[in-house]
Amino acid sequence: MTDVLKDTETRDTTARPHWRASPLLRFGAEFAESPVAVAALLVTLLLALLALFADFITPQNPYDLMQLDIMNNMLAPGETTFDGEMTFHLGTDDQGRDMLSAIIFGLRLSLGVGAMSTVIALSLGMCIGVLAAYFGGKVDAVIMRIVDLQLSFPAILIALILLAVLGKGVDKVIIALITVQWAYYARTVRGTALVERRKEYVEAATCLALSHRRIVFRHLLPNCLPPLIVVATVQVANAIALEATLSFLGVGVPITEPSLGLLIANGYDYMLSGKYWVAFFPGVALVATIVAINLVGDQLRDVLNPRLKR
Amino acid sequence: MLVYLLRRLGQSLFVVAAMAVLVFVGVYAIGNPIDIMISPDADQAEMEAAIARLGLDKPLWEQFFIFVGNALQGDLGKSFVYSTDAVSIILAKLPATMELAMLALVFAVFIGVPLGMIAGLRPHSLAGKSIMAGSILGFSLPNFWQGMMLILLFAVLLKWLPSGGRGETAELFGIPFSFLTLDGLSHMLLPAINLALFKTSLVIRLARAGTREAALQDYVKFARAKGLSSQRIVLVHIAKNIMIPVVTILGLELGSMIAFAVVTESVFAWPGMGKLLIDSINLLDRPVVVAYLMLTVFMFIIINFIVDMLYCVLDPRVRLSEAKA
Repeated sequence: MTDVLKDTETRDTTARPHWRASPLLRFGAEFAESPVAVAALLVTLLLALLALFADFITPQNPYDLMQLDIMNNMLAPGETTFDGEMTFHLGTDDQGRDMLSAIIFGLRLSLGVGAMSTVIALSLGMCIGVLAAYFGGKVDAVIMRIVDLQLSFPAILIALILLAVLGKGVDKVIIALITVQWAYYARTVRGTALVERRKEYVEAATCLALSHRRIVFRHLLPNCLPPLIVVATVQVANAIALEATLSFLGVGVPITEPSLGLLIANGYDYMLSGKYWVAFFPGVALVATIVAINLVGDQLRDVLNPRLKR
Repeated sequence: MLVYLLRRLGQSLFVVAAMAVLVFVGVYAIGNPIDIMISPDADQAEMEAAIARLGLDKPLWEQFFIFVGNALQGDLGKSFVYSTDAVSIILAKLPATMELAMLALVFAVFIGVPLGMIAGLRPHSLAGKSIMAGSILGFSLPNFWQGMMLILLFAVLLKWLPSGGRGETAELFGIPFSFLTLDGLSHMLLPAINLALFKTSLVIRLARAGTREAALQDYVKFARAKGLSSQRIVLVHIAKNIMIPVVTILGLELGSMIAFAVVTESVFAWPGMGKLLIDSINLLDRPVVVAYLMLTVFMFIIINFIVDMLYCVLDPRVRLSEAKA
């Protein structure tokens, strides 16, 4: 009984600022209700900052051969250089590269590839999906057929086909990730846009004789954004995981620009002889990134889902 | 029904044709296989003889039609590396991949369903919450890294299980299988767990949602009112009813498991189709790559076609909406 009372009381006190505060503040307050999600958001931001300022943070530039010393190869975590000047907190790889620096630089590539492919796929899928919903009929039928068809194949298979055709390279991986992802956005935005299209503001805009382009991009699209944001967050994590997998298989990024997946692949042979750190720590960084982004996405979905609104 | 079937069949044929063009143009027209196949010190005459032998002197469209003609007869070219028929090389690797996928499927069901039911019956208990947290982790862990950590833990540190390969095999109907020997089974265990992890997480979610829904149904209330033990209600009444979506989804996911086996087989050096694909990409063995991709896409089209037909038979709404479209 007391629990129930307390529950309604807290709800009352939080409910009041909810409808008075600006939408953005309300959104922030609702997001912050889950401490796990806030922690995940902080981790995500921290990882992004690390990736962004990799040049200034890392103890060495892992791709500047002048800074590497082959004498330092395969040192265990915590060991120092011969003169004791530098400590390798996460050990070194077969080239004498500091793993911590390599991981932060790898993180930059992984996050960069994930974010860039998501942004491009999002814009592409969004335009295609909203056009399908707005025009309906044949256009809609053809577009959605292609989307269904593509989604009936596993993403990794499509990516493998494309990379087998295109070859290795950062740009090619991005192309493969865009091709894999656009259909998710197209389907999501179409679903929302079909509902939004019947609403009165679209009708009003049509009565004002606004152009199709203006109605679609200025009126319809902004109202379809919330579910897209959720899908995009989860897809960034998926894109990062897929890129890592492809690079691990040796069909992703080239050896000169190692992402986290390629760093892990480099550690594969050493792992069998018990030198775990070359593969282990990049993997921890990768998992932390993916889990953090997924948790943020989960909370965003709960906050933005109108069905769960109290 | 017939209209829908024909339309769907037409679509499938269209996809096969589109794939054939994409794969052919992509893999054959870009780059020159002659450079890889002939030693660099061959003279001009030898080079031209080889080009003519492979039919590469003909215009692209003619090469394409020859490729299609051969493909229709089940011939997707000869491997550059093994110099035998690419399709038979791949089919020889099929049993290894299939037995791995099957064992992984068994794991996914027998681990995922009980855990999902526990989480569904006690959603707010510690056990329920930790199972769900585990399933989120299962979705988030990249497959290849998780496999490597299994090797590190069980093969390198504890030395309980072998780290890779297929182990001893025994023959059944003239096909070698690993699951028939103890050594083979010990080699299969880690890769199967690795391949099963993602699907297990999926099954946990399905079973949990199904259990939560089924627990509220009238037949469960009735069984309880009849005085049946809760054990019997859970194991017989609820378990039976949640199996329908689980089986449906897993049937659909078998295909994606075979696609994901590419990763598991590479990590555990399991000599199946997936490892063959990656090796062939690295060795530039184009006919094998083309044959693998064509066969896999073909398999997916057949699976999707069968599933669509089944839905159409089972759910009249699908039939009606499709007939109108």
